[in-house]
Amino acid sequence: MNLLSDPRVDEALSHLADYLGSHLRVSIAALALGLVVSFPLALAARNSPSLRNLLLGLASVVQTVPGLALLALFYPLLLALAALSLRWFGLSFSAFGFLPAVLALALYSMLPVLRNTITGLNGVDASLIEAAKGVGMTERQALTMVELPLALPVIMAGIRTAAVWVIGTATLSTPIGQTSLGNYIFAGLQTQNWVLVVFGCVAAAVLALAVDQLLALIENGLRRRSRARIGIGTATIALMVGASLLPSLAGSSARYVIGAKTFTEQYVLAALLGERLQAAGLSATSRAGLGSSVIYEALKNGDIDAYVDYSGTLWANQAHHTEQLPRAALLDALKQDLARDKVTLLGELGFENAYALVMPRKTAETLGIRSIADLARHTREMSIAGDYEFFSRPEWAALRDAYGLAFRAQRQMQPDFMYAAVASGEVDVIAGYTSDGLIAKYDLVVLDDPRHAIPPYDAILLLAPKRSGDRALQDALRPLLGRIDIATMQQANLRASGSDAESSPQAVARWLWSRISK
Amino acid sequence: MLGLTPRPPALKGRMPRTSLISYDRVRKTFPGPVVAVDDVSLAIAEGEFLAIVGGSGSGKTTLLRLTNRLIALDGGTIRIGGEDIAGLEPVALRRRIGTVFQNGALFPHMTVAANIGITPRLLGTPANEIAVRVDELLDLVQLDRKAYRDRLPDALSGGQRQRVGVARALAARPRIVLMDEPFGALDPLTRDALGRDYRALHDTLALTTLMITHDITEALLLADRIAVMRGGRLIAIGTPAELAASREPYVAELMTTPRRQAARLAALLPESGAA
Repeated sequence: MNLLSDPRVDEALSHLADYLGSHLRVSIAALALGLVVSFPLALAARNSPSLRNLLLGLASVVQTVPGLALLALFYPLLLALAALSLRWFGLSFSAFGFLPAVLALALYSMLPVLRNTITGLNGVDASLIEAAKGVGMTERQALTMVELPLALPVIMAGIRTAAVWVIGTATLSTPIGQTSLGNYIFAGLQTQNWVLVVFGCVAAAVLALAVDQLLALIENGLRRRSRARIGIGTATIALMVGASLLPSLAGSSARYVIGAKTFTEQYVLAALLGERLQAAGLSATSRAGLGSSVIYEALKNGDIDAYVDYSGTLWANQAHHTEQLPRAALLDALKQDLARDKVTLLGELGFENAYALVMPRKTAETLGIRSIADLARHTREMSIAGDYEFFSRPEWAALRDAYGLAFRAQRQMQPDFMYAAVASGEVDVIAGYTSDGLIAKYDLVVLDDPRHAIPPYDAILLLAPKRSGDRALQDALRPLLGRIDIATMQQANLRASGSDAESSPQAVARWLWSRISK
Repeated sequence: MLGLTPRPPALKGRMPRTSLISYDRVRKTFPGPVVAVDDVSLAIAEGEFLAIVGGSGSGKTTLLRLTNRLIALDGGTIRIGGEDIAGLEPVALRRRIGTVFQNGALFPHMTVAANIGITPRLLGTPANEIAVRVDELLDLVQLDRKAYRDRLPDALSGGQRQRVGVARALAARPRIVLMDEPFGALDPLTRDALGRDYRALHDTLALTTLMITHDITEALLLADRIAVMRGGRLIAIGTPAELAASREPYVAELMTTPRRQAARLAALLPESGAA
């Protein structure tokens, strides 16, 4: 197969300017902020062992927090700050995307810069510092003319490490709404499009190497007092940043932003929503790969304009209800909860993407299992797998208590790998999603829930507060309501999990529209 | 004797009349507490070459560092040209005094020319004047202008490095030069040549030199007067002849060492080899 003629590469390339530009912007901003903060701190700490230990200790603690968690933590933190700032100063800012990403990544960049600057300065021969003072340098002159030039290789090594870390970790800023090369990786993982995953990784690696080499050139120039080298290095980085600003200036004209969570169905539905808006002459762009809790807050704050969520998810996670209601009652109650946030529930799409216990049809038939009540008799010898959040969700507790489930082992998995795992017998049961196309593909069976322990999960279309009176938007999306049944959505999801040109979210969205618009 | 440099007769054997540097009951204590310099009083005449001799921990280096205010004293007064240095700006003071450091302490990232020109540069001397001065100084310390100007310190031998160190100390035309074990780490031949060359510079430029050394032979060969320090105290000061007459046991022991060594050497070496 010729990789360059692969349509998935074309698709990936079409986003490159946007993703690469955003990635570079957020990385450079974070690195610059990290340097501006770390450098004076390192200088202040060089003569104070207690400050030095404190700073290096804190920076090390930050480093032990996984990048994804650090990025995720900054979102609620900024959200709270934004609310305070609005109340006290009347100023509001977006806690979504760029700002939390820059702050978290800047924090991440601090350890190598702090450690290497302090180590580099401490490593300068004391007799040379004494000589610097002896020949008549002030403290400041001794620092700039002797200590910093001698510590430069170590300091620059720290800055280069920080640059590579930040550029690598910036791929994880996708779930908090910052477009980056991580969009390729997250989308590729979800839709099992490995070309996209590899493309994203390679692009991030190439960018990291390029910036590292440019910094090496500047370092070399500083050491040899070569203005040419310093100039070329600095100018190229400035040019890259300048170029990265262009697509955002051009791209900022899109009026509507469609959100999508981190799984296949969401990518397809976001593409469908975007397609409908474009068909109605409205410009739309998407923010895909957002975390489940980030996406609702982003809608509430107007950072995104529309997305598809599921009634049961909002009921438990956003409205914090624990009681179970029948489908219609739950939707009515939820509508009121959402109205309190001024979020519009435009309507249901027609299918449900509920959690369900799923197992291979053959095993179920052999054991005579049709419902979760039947399953309960066998769970002691069985293992179960669920996605990263399932076992901490109230549905799992409700299921377990309602049927007295006690599995031998439980595992967490990337959702798209669960189905293959249960089909191959690696686990016995999975907590899958009813709309997932892989259920049919692997010949799995969804077990009945006779005690209604799992709440309804109707797919519902939500609009941001500022879009509550937007006729054009609502008219463009209304034709989707009530038109997508579970079988159609399963087929669409199955198509999207393929790995050919027809499996891109856009292509599946077009297929889906052609099916439901008949 | 072993190449003893002739000294200007005006100073030989006489007490100085006008003192350029004077120490009056100087004390310095380090945390511990360790009394590093204990009640030291002495005066150095203009044009004099004074060597301070002592073992490690004798306080000699501390006394030197007090002189250009690299450290602050705890008691007493140091005067230069009659002025109490406590009232002078330390940075300006250091730019007026030339200092030669142990092993040269050249800045490894700067060329020989940049090292030599550093103090004039800090004083704001125009670059073209510095360049001329650097060449003069290279001549003065007997290094070839073209061959050495643009070298980095790593490309120099120990002796060449210390010649550059001397040139750097003299760059801003100081009246006073402080030297901290300047020739200590050099091989004997280089050390002897460099010592004599410096003493000649001291005389032609009419410098006032304060040199720290642990080597009594070097002190005897180069200095007009020698101060002996022990345990932070000044225990003797005088011309070589005056010290030779000292009854203080440590000084007496110190002063007889070179001769005893010379006698042992004479016994070891064959007759024909002796000068």
